[in-house]
Amino acid sequence: MKHFARILVLLSVPAALLAQGVADVQTRLTAVEAAAKSAQSAGDNAWMLVSSALVLMMTGPGLALFYGGLVRRKNVLGTMMQSFILMAVVTVLWAVVGYSLAFGGSSSFLGDFHFAFLNDVGAAPNPDYAATIPQQTFMIYQLMFAIITPALISGAFAERMKFSAMLLFTVLWTLIVYLPMAHMVWGKGGLLNAFSGGKVPCFDFAGGTVVHITSGVSALVCALYMGKRVGFPHTPMKPHSLVLSFIGACLLWVGWFGFNAGSALAASGLATSAFVATHFGAAAAALGWIGAEWFHSGKPSVLGGISGAVAGLVAITPASGFVKPFPALLIGLCAGIFCYLMVVIVKGKFGYDDSLDAFGVHGSGGTLGAILTGVFATKLVNDGLKDASGKVMPLGLVDGNGGQVMNQIIGCAIAWGLAIVGTLIILKICDMTVGLRVTKQQEVDGLDLSMHGEEGYIYES
Amino acid sequence: MKKIEAIIQPFKLDEVKEALKAIGIDGMTITEVRGHGRQKGHKEVYRGQEYNVDLLPKVKLEMVIPDGRFEEVIQTLTAASRTGKIGDGKIFVYDVAEAIRIRNDDRGDSAL
Repeated sequence: MKHFARILVLLSVPAALLAQGVADVQTRLTAVEAAAKSAQSAGDNAWMLVSSALVLMMTGPGLALFYGGLVRRKNVLGTMMQSFILMAVVTVLWAVVGYSLAFGGSSSFLGDFHFAFLNDVGAAPNPDYAATIPQQTFMIYQLMFAIITPALISGAFAERMKFSAMLLFTVLWTLIVYLPMAHMVWGKGGLLNAFSGGKVPCFDFAGGTVVHITSGVSALVCALYMGKRVGFPHTPMKPHSLVLSFIGACLLWVGWFGFNAGSALAASGLATSAFVATHFGAAAAALGWIGAEWFHSGKPSVLGGISGAVAGLVAITPASGFVKPFPALLIGLCAGIFCYLMVVIVKGKFGYDDSLDAFGVHGSGGTLGAILTGVFATKLVNDGLKDASGKVMPLGLVDGNGGQVMNQIIGCAIAWGLAIVGTLIILKICDMTVGLRVTKQQEVDGLDLSMHGEEGYIYES
Repeated sequence: MKKIEAIIQPFKLDEVKEALKAIGIDGMTITEVRGHGRQKGHKEVYRGQEYNVDLLPKVKLEMVIPDGRFEEVIQTLTAASRTGKIGDGKIFVYDVAEAIRIRNDDRGDSAL
């Protein structure tokens, strides 16, 4: 017996050592996991903060310069201000209710007030949207999209809308059109959100419907409702500085990497793929527009080149996280030619004064891109869509899922419908309260002087 | 005294200035102007919107010279600004009643 006990003691020593070893490995594993998680979070967060800054740069100075150069000299500041002021106004709106109405709750059409006043939005990630970055990063990133979208519309009512009306219009527009659309497409449980059980699963990686269709179509409604600028089309209204527009367009191109590649919400392979698709789309579209123009009117213009690049960036936006590089080139090429036709032929035929072609580029390019996303989206690029058993689902027509094209068309139709009805109501409200248009004299004097009491270019001083 | 008002091609300005300087004519006033005579303008297209630009950039050069130097100055000016193509510009000449130097009340030729 004594002998047996001795053996037991002898045996228990390594067992204890072993147990101790296992516990040790366990702690170290936990530590390694925590370190890996923190490293991934650091990488993702760094990229997303940079992306947020890039997307803000698209509005100011990118869009401000692009649009500012396209208007006449007397309206350069007024036009730039319409972009700049949204960087302030939408930010406040976003903090109060905007973020919450877009990303709170899980209903089909609109968020709730859970995140109002940024309640509960801190350093902890929100796994519904992005599990590896602080929710505050996600919040600020999404804000930059909400800023640029109404700024895009300003291209349609440029040179003739009152500043007060523009402020009221964009606040209401953000609330009534942007936030519901953002929730439907990107919000948890949203009607069109393919990745969160939406009833009409649509693919919109970075905002073809949410940003470009809504803004572009609303722009058309604004142009039709407000009427033409005084003297259009007989008075010359040449862009006063294509140099400014050129710089702006190139800043847009760079900023768009944050817009599209950032929409991966992580510094991942998908972000790279979206980055590549974005760049390819822009390049092919610039060539498409310039080629169409060269063939049709005899000269390849700089304005054509930069307009084409923007059209391509618009069209590739919904597709960027779903398509391979060569389809991206194809989408870009189609967008360049299609938007050229819309701006030069169709606009001329109908005679509406979409001053800076917000509809011709964003509305048309966005719709084309959204539909082509249904054609070229492939699970080889984005394996995020899985069925109940965890199997990766086919995405677009090239994966054999032809029905997706129909889903994309329905998504576009909803975006068009919301934009048309929402914008009409908002314009009516603005018209009846503050009044939409500046007086004829103010318009002749220019918005810089009549709205802001300044001039953009002062040569005497 | 004669006032010479010459409307010339902008790219000829430096040549004209040099030539006048060489014969000792230094004072002149330059204005950037737009206009056209027989020269046709050109077409510009911005996103399909066509504009015919017929008022072209020119430089207007004004100077007042003593009567005695008139022919010499005109010959120098025309020679320096001529390319032989439509659009070279025109020269108009006026009689001047008086010239006054503000600094010291000089009058007539000595004020030039």
